[in-house]
Amino acid sequence: MMHTLPPFVAVIRTAFLRIFSSPLAGLLNILVIGIALSLPAGMYILLQNAQSLVDEISGPQQISIFLQQDASTLEIEHLQKLLSQNEAISSVKFISRADALEGLKQSTGLSDVIAGLETNPLPDAFIVTPKSRDASYLENLRTSLVNLPKVAQAQHDTSWAYKLEAILKFARIAILILASLLSVALIAITFNTIRLQILTQRDEILVSKLIGATNGFIRRPFLYFGALQGLLGGLAAWLIISVSLHMLQSPLNNLSLLYSSNFSLHSLSVGDTLSLLLFSLYLGLLGAWLSVSRHLTAIEPR
Amino acid sequence: MISFNQVFKRYPGGYEALKNVSFEVVQGEMAFLTGHSGAGKSTLLKLIAAIERPNSGSVLVNNQNVGVLKEAALPYLRRHLGIIFQDHKLLFDRSVFDNVLLPLQICGFDSRESSKRVRAALDKVGLLKHEKTNPIALSGGEQQRLCIARAIVNRPTILLADEPTGNLDAEYAQAIMQIFKSFHQVGVTLLISTHDTTVLQDKDIRVITLKQGEVQDPSNVAETCNPDLS
Ligand SMILES: Nc1ncnc2c1ncn2[C@@H]1O[C@H](COP(=O)(O)OP(=O)(O)OP(=O)(O)O)[C@@H](O)[C@H]1O
Ligand SMILES: [Mg+2]
Repeated sequence: MMHTLPPFVAVIRTAFLRIFSSPLAGLLNILVIGIALSLPAGMYILLQNAQSLVDEISGPQQISIFLQQDASTLEIEHLQKLLSQNEAISSVKFISRADALEGLKQSTGLSDVIAGLETNPLPDAFIVTPKSRDASYLENLRTSLVNLPKVAQAQHDTSWAYKLEAILKFARIAILILASLLSVALIAITFNTIRLQILTQRDEILVSKLIGATNGFIRRPFLYFGALQGLLGGLAAWLIISVSLHMLQSPLNNLSLLYSSNFSLHSLSVGDTLSLLLFSLYLGLLGAWLSVSRHLTAIEPR
Repeated sequence: MISFNQVFKRYPGGYEALKNVSFEVVQGEMAFLTGHSGAGKSTLLKLIAAIERPNSGSVLVNNQNVGVLKEAALPYLRRHLGIIFQDHKLLFDRSVFDNVLLPLQICGFDSRESSKRVRAALDKVGLLKHEKTNPIALSGGEQQRLCIARAIVNRPTILLADEPTGNLDAEYAQAIMQIFKSFHQVGVTLLISTHDTTVLQDKDIRVITLKQGEVQDPSNVAETCNPDLS
């Protein structure tokens, strides 16, 4: 018959009603939170899109492994097995020295020169595609490949990856700074909203304390309010981002047609969406908690 | 049940509202607290609910010294008390029903049990037909009765009433006293502050008289019933 907590749903309902007790103010608050959150989150998703666009344009990263001239068929087979078992590698392609020479003949038009060669100077080679495009990851993989038996050389083009990495890192940090600043702003918004709430509910708080309400009981609706407002703000941000990406998609289609690519913008993933909502809920809760701790103690019945 | 032992209460301005107050109200007793305006009646009741703390002496409620009770323990003390405030302290942002519901919400009752109790309390004070009204639309006497309903809905063991019949005509006052007596009959301890002389005529009920913050000798009660304000 007795509960230690007042019915959960009822408290959420109360918080909901309080947010929209003045609908315009409530909506504006949620909109402000939504816009503030959508800026860094939107930039983050654009950055992700930029990265996959770059991946698409630059094609897959590959590492070429050149073997020593004296590698036997058995050793080559063994090496192929090792490579295809390697966790870091997604595909392995073998190019024999004869195939390589043939390719060279056809692509360069030097067939006469090549036909004049007494022996084939080209080594056997593997072309492997790593699973990740991360520059330092590629470099680590390359060094480990060099140390395999009968491998003479392993090469890949790192400069492009390193430059891209540096630019992306810069952008990521810029977004992080923006996100931190806006988070503080969101906490401040909730702090102030709750302060006003506490002021208008002063009588209720006083009377509740007089008839036996614990601090927890008095605090709870404000905390729920802050969390719910944050969550709704997060939803608003999600909506803003989704609509914006949708609007960007059609001009982008035209553009990618010109580049004969079929790049399409991807929106927030389920994981990203959940993180966004949880984060905004947490910010609201934190703002409310700070405000409640600061302002409730000042209200004592006398 | 309630016991004051050489209690002094000085307000921040330096005014001594209670001086060396000692008395006891035993379990199940009903007592009146009277005295001139400013005698310290409200102050005394506030000490019992630990709304104010004594400067010295002890205030025992159920053998617990409430003068030194920790902040966190106060809610649980107050849940055993039903308090009818001199200034009502009703909430005008909600209905009569919701005003009476508040103490039950605070204690965490489920809503079906709560509704039953609220209606029973409102019925007892004759306000059931007003349950959806905003208390601002109630007369002074009705507001007074609403306070009583809110104080009793939690079935307290001790009821403190500060001028529950102030500004009421004799008929209303009589009805409210009748309600208190019915609580007395079921074993609730009551301390009622009043300077309503007709109410104080009841010879069965003990009267504690305050004058300038001091308890008067019971033999002088007749004199202090008509306070000398000079
Ligand atoms: N918070 C306060 N700060 C300073 N002085 C106070 C405070 N509350 C009450 N007093 C003073 O203490 C004295 C006793 O006040 P109290 O309210 O207890 O009187 P009372 O007997 O209830 O009077 P009344 O019949 O008018 O309600 C008064 O002189 C009052 O001015
Ligand atoms: Mg008083």
